[in-house]
Amino acid sequence: MAHAAHGSNYLNAEKGLWSWLTSLDHKRIGILYFISVMSFFLLGGIAALLLRGELFAYNAVDALGKTTGQLLPSADAYNQILTYHGAIMVFMVIIPGIPAILGNIFLPLQIGAKDVAFPKLNLASWYCLMAGASLAMFTMFSTKVDTGWTFYTPYSIKSGTAVTTMVLAAFITGMSSILTGLNFIVTVHKLRCPGMTMWRMPLFVWALYSTAIIQVLATPILAITLLLLAMERTFGVGIFDPKLGGDPVLFQHFFWFYSHPAVYIMILPAMGVISELITTFSKKTIFGYTAIAYSSLGIAAVSFFVWGHHMFVSGQSEFAGIVFSFLTMLVGVPTAIKMFNWVATMYKGSIEFASPMLFALGFLFLFAIGGVTGIMLAVIPVDVHFHDTYFVVAHFHYVMVGGTLMAIMGGFYYWFPKMFGKMYSEFWARMSWVFIFVGFNVTFFPQFILGAMGMPRRYFNYIPAYEPLNRISTMGSWLIAIGFLMALYTIINGLISGAKAPKNPWGSKTLEWEADSPPSVHNFDHEPVVTAGPYEYK
Amino acid sequence: MLLWILQKLTVVMAQADSFMPTQGTEIAKSVDNLYAFLLVISLVSCVIVIGGMIYFAIKYKRKSANDVTAYITHDTRLEILWSVIPLILFLFVFAWGWVIYHDMRTMPKDALEIHVTGKQWAWTAEYKNGVKSTEVVVPVGRDVRLILAAEDVLHSFYVPSFRLKQDAVPGRYTNLWFHADKLGDFHVFCAEYCGTQHSGMITKLRVVTQEEFDQWLTTESEVSTLPMAQRGAKIFQTRACASCHSVDSPAVKVGPSVYKLFGDTNVELLDGTKVTADENYIRESILNSQAKIVKGFGPRSAMPAFQGQLSEVEVTALIEYIKGLK
Ligand code: HEC
Ligand SMILES: [Cu+2]
Ligand SMILES: [Cu+2]
Repeated sequence: MAHAAHGSNYLNAEKGLWSWLTSLDHKRIGILYFISVMSFFLLGGIAALLLRGELFAYNAVDALGKTTGQLLPSADAYNQILTYHGAIMVFMVIIPGIPAILGNIFLPLQIGAKDVAFPKLNLASWYCLMAGASLAMFTMFSTKVDTGWTFYTPYSIKSGTAVTTMVLAAFITGMSSILTGLNFIVTVHKLRCPGMTMWRMPLFVWALYSTAIIQVLATPILAITLLLLAMERTFGVGIFDPKLGGDPVLFQHFFWFYSHPAVYIMILPAMGVISELITTFSKKTIFGYTAIAYSSLGIAAVSFFVWGHHMFVSGQSEFAGIVFSFLTMLVGVPTAIKMFNWVATMYKGSIEFASPMLFALGFLFLFAIGGVTGIMLAVIPVDVHFHDTYFVVAHFHYVMVGGTLMAIMGGFYYWFPKMFGKMYSEFWARMSWVFIFVGFNVTFFPQFILGAMGMPRRYFNYIPAYEPLNRISTMGSWLIAIGFLMALYTIINGLISGAKAPKNPWGSKTLEWEADSPPSVHNFDHEPVVTAGPYEYK
Repeated sequence: MLLWILQKLTVVMAQADSFMPTQGTEIAKSVDNLYAFLLVISLVSCVIVIGGMIYFAIKYKRKSANDVTAYITHDTRLEILWSVIPLILFLFVFAWGWVIYHDMRTMPKDALEIHVTGKQWAWTAEYKNGVKSTEVVVPVGRDVRLILAAEDVLHSFYVPSFRLKQDAVPGRYTNLWFHADKLGDFHVFCAEYCGTQHSGMITKLRVVTQEEFDQWLTTESEVSTLPMAQRGAKIFQTRACASCHSVDSPAVKVGPSVYKLFGDTNVELLDGTKVTADENYIRESILNSQAKIVKGFGPRSAMPAFQGQLSEVEVTALIEYIKGLK
């Protein structure tokens, strides 16, 4: 590589599509992830709008024997779109979202490294995601998939759709997740710059580190489970199929053994982002640094032992139910601690309502609601009523969308100047926040009530009593869509005509802000030397 | 002040309960009490966290770029406090939940046992005397235990009014019990995704008096041992088909007569086409009457659709009965 001339940065050091597709620069790979994940998000979002559109009205048969209120061609179409919405959003958007985009770009920068430990592996993991995603997209043009993203047996064994291909696609995206995790763990241990001790790492790095541990330990379980399912479908090995002496509930155990920790793969990085945002925009050191770091590790550890809370009515024993309920209560504590720490950080701060901070505050608001409803669901008899109803749907959207997506957006606006060397329009960024935040609540809050009323999830049609709230919910989804279009406009407009960004527009204290905006290919001109913690606002 | 808050909270509690469906059992009531408690503590925690956040955000809003902020790294006492208080609360609701759950899962002795089987996409209840029904009929004020099975894929038997849900799993039995103390019809949903018609897999749980129940059971069992055509005749009476259709003359009631209907090659429909009244035509007329409407009875058929209301066996019996009307 030719030595970077003055004024050159990672974006313009080399040119052409090929230079991007073969780049080993963690920042460029982050941008590749950004473009692909956002495209998947668009797809998953369109699917969501279609689902909500279908649920806008109760489907009835009118006087002439014609069905009214139906948007999609059939119940099967609804079930398929539902599956793609879930699978795309989980495996291709929320899981890779923060680690692979923001983590890739900022983990090395925040610990003063030149790159991640294994740049080639990093690129390979992007190709894994793309391969898996392409395979998943391919199924849309064949027989499609209608199992829901959870692939529960024995339906997934019997379904005549392209389940095997889809499962292999998820397997391959899982590879991507493992490789990223591995890379981050080694990077954190080996590439910290002089003076950057573990306890001086920014909390975003701690969060990514804890996440990486879960990714490496849990994802192989998903991989083997999905492979077994594929084998069951093709060879009839008889592990899940009751007709062959298999146990369909075993699949649920395997599946949630991965997928519950995966919930934390999705939320821990978001919590890391929030710690960065709240300190910067309160201009204050974080309250309880060690508590937050340890609670990340604590969550990572305990999250492996709570999977049974997804199975309270699956036929597992009463004893198992009790144990899982108890352990789930324990995992609630570190989460509560984090919430209190963030609020306490704002105390006696100097709070600036820049758009990233708005998203952080939005996160706290929505995550508080997602959190308390999570505790309700952990109380078994209450869960017996709410399980598989819209209450659960509302709960996990509050956590995953209200939590993770708000953090992605906030983090993205926060680091945008560093990533691209430009500023965006603060006005449009705030407008996008207003629409997303309000739209989100209008969409999902009524779903709590629908769930309490007993409306099960994955329903193509419902009884007339559920119509009014479904209507409100669907209208909320349109507001969210407008909000994201505004965000897209903000980004494009910022890229084209944004003012030049200074090195450190927000006055942050973490290391990445000492690099140029955008950073040079090697991140720092001289290897930085760290002498203090990450949030020393004195 | 405190009293006022408590008063408001009780209102919230009452309203929250009103979002829940009717309470059909004692257990539903105790679940709702626990739920109301959870709502209150959730509300209080949200007020603390979100309220605190908003309060700080307003109070400490940035005044100038060089605001000086406090340097507070931690406060061990406070941190212990806000770890221990949630923990105690969580353990408390956990224990409370355990108690109720234990009741839910302890099957009473001498309960009336009914086998309920889920199949894509209908429930069948089978009684000890051999009666099979698509609706689950139970006596009020008695312990009832449902033994669930599934024929093809997972289903989940969900009665919102009883706050009860249990998966039906192929290859094993699961069970649940309840003690209904309200008469009436309650929705039964399938809560575990099971394919195309998952959302249509709805039936009724009918809670009737013991006398009605006994009577229903006897009639049903008499019916179920009859020869097909006679069974059809019974169903024709009990389902009130007879109120709209005459069977021994071509006289028109609300609907056309079904006398000598079977085999008629000249049934004229609303749009002028002619069809033959074979088994499939009659089946469709019963299950989805709007699909083919007989001329003179449009534009909307007055006949209700019996899809999901009649079992396969019942439809066949009806067809056999109609065949014999000549
Ligand atoms: C509320 C009145 C009503 C009830 C109750 C009713 N039907 Fe009908 N039925 C009609 C009407 C009106 C038509 C004609 C319009 C149409 O074709 O749907 C009809 C049509 C039919 C036909 C087609 C007749 C033909 O001449 O082609 C059959 C068969 C039939 N009903 C069977 C039944 C059976 C069996 C039941 C009981 C399970 C039943 N109906 C209950 C009103 C009723
Ligand atoms: Cu979980
Ligand atoms: Cu179902």
